[in-house]
Amino acid sequence: MKNYLLSMYQPEGPAPGPEVMDGIMAEVGRLRGELREAGSWVFGDGLHDQATATVLRASGNEVVMTDGPFAEGKEHIGGIVVIRAADLDVALEWGRRYALATTLPVEVRPFAREDDG
Amino acid sequence: MAVLVRLAGDVDLAEEAVQEAFAVAAERWPRDGTPPSPAGWLITTARNKLIDRNRREAGRAGRQAEALLLYAPGEAAEEGAVPDDRLRLIFTCCHPALGESARIALTLRLLGGLTTGEIARAFLVSEATVAQRVVRAKAKIKHAGIPYRVPSDADLPGRLGSVLAVIYLIFNEGYLSGSGDPVRDDLCAEAIRLGRLLAGLMPDEPEVLGLLALMLLIHSRRAARVTAGGSLVLLADQDRSLWDRDLIAEGQELVRRCLRRDRPGPYQIQAAINAVHSDAPTDWRQVVRLYDRHLALAPTPVVALHRAVAVAEVDGPSAALGLLDGLDLDGHHLFHAVRADLLRRLGRSVEAVAAYENALARTENPAEREVLRRRLAELRSPET
Repeated sequence: MKNYLLSMYQPEGPAPGPEVMDGIMAEVGRLRGELREAGSWVFGDGLHDQATATVLRASGNEVVMTDGPFAEGKEHIGGIVVIRAADLDVALEWGRRYALATTLPVEVRPFAREDDG
Repeated sequence: MAVLVRLAGDVDLAEEAVQEAFAVAAERWPRDGTPPSPAGWLITTARNKLIDRNRREAGRAGRQAEALLLYAPGEAAEEGAVPDDRLRLIFTCCHPALGESARIALTLRLLGGLTTGEIARAFLVSEATVAQRVVRAKAKIKHAGIPYRVPSDADLPGRLGSVLAVIYLIFNEGYLSGSGDPVRDDLCAEAIRLGRLLAGLMPDEPEVLGLLALMLLIHSRRAARVTAGGSLVLLADQDRSLWDRDLIAEGQELVRRCLRRDRPGPYQIQAAINAVHSDAPTDWRQVVRLYDRHLALAPTPVVALHRAVAVAEVDGPSAALGLLDGLDLDGHHLFHAVRADLLRRLGRSVEAVAAYENALARTENPAEREVLRRRLAELRSPET
C-alpha cells in the first residue's frame, strides 16, 4: 500500500454561495464515508483562504516571517486528502471522483515512504 | 523482458538482469552450443541474476522479493505466461498518467527493443532527451505505483485508446517523414510489429484489428508513394504495380473480419476507407459513405476535411469547396492544400495561388513542400 496526497486547487476569489457549496460538501462527505469504509481514508480537510497563510524562511539563524501564501497565484490549494491505495490506478479513481464532486482540478501525488500496514 | 519486469517489480532491475543474462550467453553459447530454448534460458538466467541480487540485499523488502521469485513457476510455464506479461507491459508503458512523448519512448524502448539512440534519431531529438524521458517515466512508474496490470473492463476502452494512439503515432512518425530515411521507415515496421503483437493478444477487440489493418494498407503503398528522388507521389498518380499485394490482402481480410463484428470505430473506418482505395478504380461513393460514418463517430474538422476531398470526386470541386467554409483549420497546412487544389480545379487560379502559399507557410516536411511548390509553378506558367 502507498499513501497518496490529493490536492484540490481552487481559483482565487470568494467561494461559491451555499446553493452550490451545500451540494459539493454533501458529495465530499459521501466520498469520505466510502474511503473510510474501504479502509483507505488517512486524513483530509478543507483549508481557510490563502490570505490566512503565513510563511517562515530561515536566513542563517534568523527566521523571517511574511504574511500571505508561499506563492501568489491565480490558483491555490483549497483542501487536501491523504489516502491509502494499492497502486496509482486506485488512487486516480478516487482522485477522479474528487474532481467530479468538487469541480476543482485535483493533483494526485505519491508519498515517498511505502505504507506497510 | 515483460516476464522479468513482473518478477522484479522494477523496470531498471529487470533490464539489468537481462543484460547480464545476455553477457553470460555471449560467453557460453559459442563454447557450449545454443540451448534448446534460448528465450527460456535467458529468462531463467536473468531470474537467477535477480535472485542473486536480492540475496545481496539484506532488507526485508529484498527477502520478500526473493520469496516471490523462488515461488515463480518453472521455465516451461513461464514461456506460456509471456503474452499476458507483454500485455501488462503495453498498458503500463501507455498509461495515461505518463506524458505522450514518454509513452512513445518507453514503448519503443521496452516493447520495441530500440536503443535510446535509435529512438532519438527517429524523433529528431537528442539522445540525452530520450534517455531523460525514459528515466523519468520509469521513476514515475516505480514511485507513483503505476501497476503492471491489464485494466478492468470498465477502464479498458479508454486505456486501450491510449495504447492504440501510441502505436499509431509511432507509425505516423515513420510514414509522414516521407524522406526515405531508413531509420524512420523502420518506425512504420516497428509500429506494425506492435500492432500485430497487440492483435495477437487482444483478437476480440475490433479497434485493435482496425488499427493493424489501417497500418498494413497504408504501408502497402510505401514503394509507390515516394520516388527515388524522395518526392511524394499522390495516391491517384501512384504506380499500382508497386503496391504490396500481400499486405493489401492481409489488411482487407482484417477489414472484413471487423465488418463481421459490426462494432465500428474510427480506426476500423479509416482502414475500410484505405481498403476501398486499394481496389482500382476507387469507389468514391463508398468512400464518402464511410467518411459519413467516421464523422458521426468522430465529429472533428480534420475528418470533415477528408470527407470534402472524397465529396469532390463524387459531386465535383464546387460542392466540396462549400464544405470547407466554417472549418476551423487555419493553422493546418492540409486545409489550405485541399482548398488550393479545389480552387485550381475550378480555374480560380489567383485564389489557388494564395491558398498554396498559405499551405507552404504551414508545413516543414520537405516532400510535402515539394508537391506544393510543383503545383504553384504549374499555376504560374499556364502553358503547362
